[in-house]
Amino acid sequence: MSELTHLTLAQARDALRSKKISATELTKAHLSAMEKARLLNCYITETPELALEQARQSDFRITQGSAGPLEGLPIGVKDLYCTKGVRTTAASRILDQFTPTYESTVSSNLMRDGAISLGKLNLDEFAMGSSNETSAFGPVISPWRRHSDPSAKIVPGGSSGGSSAAVAAHLCLGATATDTGGSIRQPAAFTGTVGIKPTYGRCSRWGIVAFASSLDQAGPITRTVQDAAIMLRSMAGHDAKDTTSVDAPVPDYEKAIGSSVKGRRIGVPKEYRIEGMSPEILQFWDQGVAWLKDAGAEIVEISLPHTKYALPTYYIIAPAEASSNLARYDGVRYGLRQAGRDIADMYEKTRAKGFGSEVRRRIMIGTYVLSAGYYDAYYVRAQKVRSLIKQDFDLAFAVGVDAVLTPATPSTAFAQGEQGSNDPVEMYLNDVFTVTVNMAGLPGIAVPGGCAANGLPLGLQLIGRPFDEETLFALASAIEHAAPKIEYPKPWWA
Amino acid sequence: MSQQASAKYLKGATGDWEIVIGMEIHAQVTSKAKLFSGASAEYGGAPNDHVSLVDAAMPGMLPVINEECVRQAVRTGLGLEAQINLRSIFDRKNYFYPDLPQGYQISQYKYPIVGEGVVIVDVSPTERISVGIERLHLEQDAGKSLHDLSPTESHVDLNRSGVALMEIVSKPDMHSAEEARAYVSKLRTILRYIGSCDGNMEQGSLRADVNVSVRRPGEKLGTRCEIKNVNSIRFIGQAIEVEARRQIGILEDGGEIAQETRLFDPGKGETRSMRSKEEAHDYRYFPDPDLLPLEFDQAYVDGLKGQLPELPDAKRARFIEQYALPPYDAGVLVMERASADFFEQTAKGRDAKLAANWVINELFGRLNKEGFDVAQSPVSAAALGAIVDLISSNIISGKIAKDLFEIVWSEGGDPAQIVEARGMKQVTDTGAIEAAVDAVIAANPDKVEQARAKPTMLGWFVGQVMKQTGGKANPQTVNDLLKRKLDV
Repeated sequence: MSELTHLTLAQARDALRSKKISATELTKAHLSAMEKARLLNCYITETPELALEQARQSDFRITQGSAGPLEGLPIGVKDLYCTKGVRTTAASRILDQFTPTYESTVSSNLMRDGAISLGKLNLDEFAMGSSNETSAFGPVISPWRRHSDPSAKIVPGGSSGGSSAAVAAHLCLGATATDTGGSIRQPAAFTGTVGIKPTYGRCSRWGIVAFASSLDQAGPITRTVQDAAIMLRSMAGHDAKDTTSVDAPVPDYEKAIGSSVKGRRIGVPKEYRIEGMSPEILQFWDQGVAWLKDAGAEIVEISLPHTKYALPTYYIIAPAEASSNLARYDGVRYGLRQAGRDIADMYEKTRAKGFGSEVRRRIMIGTYVLSAGYYDAYYVRAQKVRSLIKQDFDLAFAVGVDAVLTPATPSTAFAQGEQGSNDPVEMYLNDVFTVTVNMAGLPGIAVPGGCAANGLPLGLQLIGRPFDEETLFALASAIEHAAPKIEYPKPWWA
Repeated sequence: MSQQASAKYLKGATGDWEIVIGMEIHAQVTSKAKLFSGASAEYGGAPNDHVSLVDAAMPGMLPVINEECVRQAVRTGLGLEAQINLRSIFDRKNYFYPDLPQGYQISQYKYPIVGEGVVIVDVSPTERISVGIERLHLEQDAGKSLHDLSPTESHVDLNRSGVALMEIVSKPDMHSAEEARAYVSKLRTILRYIGSCDGNMEQGSLRADVNVSVRRPGEKLGTRCEIKNVNSIRFIGQAIEVEARRQIGILEDGGEIAQETRLFDPGKGETRSMRSKEEAHDYRYFPDPDLLPLEFDQAYVDGLKGQLPELPDAKRARFIEQYALPPYDAGVLVMERASADFFEQTAKGRDAKLAANWVINELFGRLNKEGFDVAQSPVSAAALGAIVDLISSNIISGKIAKDLFEIVWSEGGDPAQIVEARGMKQVTDTGAIEAAVDAVIAANPDKVEQARAKPTMLGWFVGQVMKQTGGKANPQTVNDLLKRKLDV
């Protein structure tokens, strides 16, 4: 059975189409792997009955010849996506017992195309975190282990840590994720998986629990670039229910896989060589440059001068929007309610109990930066800087750069408790290479490039022009082709 | 102008005071659906009947602008002769309250859809003022908290949550309760003409926040207090009067006005403090990232402008010009579009002045008495026109016409036929009237003597002749004959 879980999404699709395997056996193999991997805590809610029922229907459609593009492919859904009739928690106590009556647009697009949902994947609470340690349902443990101390519990990154760990541990063929400041790309880099955050507006945000509306985007995490292309095609598209979604045709991204990158201009931004960066990461980056050069791409050094302001600016804008987006969790209509003396007391008790410390911190930062007397100094200035960051990229693209290559993260994954326990900023620094992409609304992909000396994976990031995900898939597949093949960990947990 | 204004000063114990009034009117936009959701915006319904996932602020829900509300706001802006902003921005106004599910109201803060405009207001038959409009913006209404259903719990009805409102902010251009009342009344007339708000204050479709301050004439503006949510034109006037008196009292006693939000209690006839400036919310406005800036082009605005109905000021001017009506009468007739239409149908091809008198005095008087609006009038424009015709052609007298109006009001029927059937025609046959006159003179020789000495006695003779003729004699003919025969 484990053979089935080790298929790529594309391989499984082809095997299903040629009727070599059935959706039911493929689903059962994954459900069985999930059952044995509960130690990793990837899933908050498993939905085996629903999955098997969907598999039965998929098998029927395959025999009928009416299979969709993702027919019978078992995937995991980040528990930030509202799912009809299935508990949706955002990994928060405040939504502990919340079951939506509606299905998010992106997950319903996937189901429309025949995908099977195995359950809801763990994440940092309200997608706020870079290690999955802020989940009210406990941290996710990465399947990866460090050579030096194999007993250390390695984090899978965040916020889409359940998604990245489940994909790396073969607990689904692919997973949905979301990315506000790096929440797809950083966990992908930490787990040797592929994660793409498409252009802002490419996927509908409708039905996805909002963190920071101007930055949030849905995207997939998969084991190969091709799989990411297949999933994104189904996830993307215009949605009249989200006015920030863009009405533009969705290309067949899979066609870009393996296409030539000859003559493509790759920008290497000097500002991403930040102080204190490990020589290993720098070397890895150079390696990535060499791979693309070997594939025929032209490498140019570029300048993105406002890069250093991106992280502090992000930590003004994202919490500002979050402080407002999370106001609806007030104990009045749904979710947790703690009784109080009066309405204000009820609010305070409910929100104090319902939100974890990182969420509370960001709500307070966000409230502060929007308050009278500070708004101009923080929020308005941050928005101005945001425009400058976007302009940096516009200028680079204007002189013919097709994509920008950077490391995805400043380090490999760390162990639980190693970062941020004394200083939250230490944890925030994980996003230093990824937040710029959200600030500029651009597409970004993380693709694995091998492992570091400690045995943990390293990821490269490619940043593209708006709505040019195809170029990213082409370049990422070139890197995937050149890089040493990722050997995912043997199931030590089973 | 200053002459007129001085008449409006309030006398205090220590001299004159001037009231300064500005208003924020919340007008519910006439549209089938809410501002950002497809739920019904209809008034009434069982609690929480008109609530979508968006209105209840379920996780992951997003607002989508209702284009009809945008259209109505632009049309209203045009009706206020205001600047239409081709680009405006929706902001979030953040505060916690159980009837505000999102924890913020979507409103427009820095960049409203409509900018400065003006409303011409007739305060009295002899006084017009112009009130500046500062801005008009679109925003969501809140739900309703119900505290009287249970001793221990409060309930929330979200039917109104998310319904589109236009907040119309005036400049502080009003200086008396009358001006303020006339302004609201005129604004309501404009909204009803345009059809962008039904103006129904009882149902809360139109509510006013009234800013009141007082100052010594010519001095700088005083500290203002905002009286929230006043829901009738009468109460607006009362609230202003009592609030101005309260402020004058404080100032004359050497006190200071605290800037605060107050509530008007019509029962007690007083305003009470709701919250002070220190307790005021910090709303943390910021642009709503779920919504793109609201943009449209000038052609869209021009298209809407071309389709606007004739508005009250233009109609009034036309009535003065076309029908030679006194400005005040024209103003009364255009207050409601339906009344103006009724008048025009009545006046068509007739003596417009006479028609206006009958519409204003007889018809409106009677409708008011019964609490009807013009659409409910039992007397149709055609019937009233027929009555006017009967008067104009001397078939009935004005006095008989009043009786006829009563008959048509309560029984219906064709006025000309009624006059015929009931013998109400005016007697214009001089011979018949002369006979009656002669008879009265012959029967009252003593009175004839008196009348010759004192010509005002003539009225008594007119009365007697009218009595004899059953009121149908042409009064002018009776008068002329009597004067001649009595030689007065």
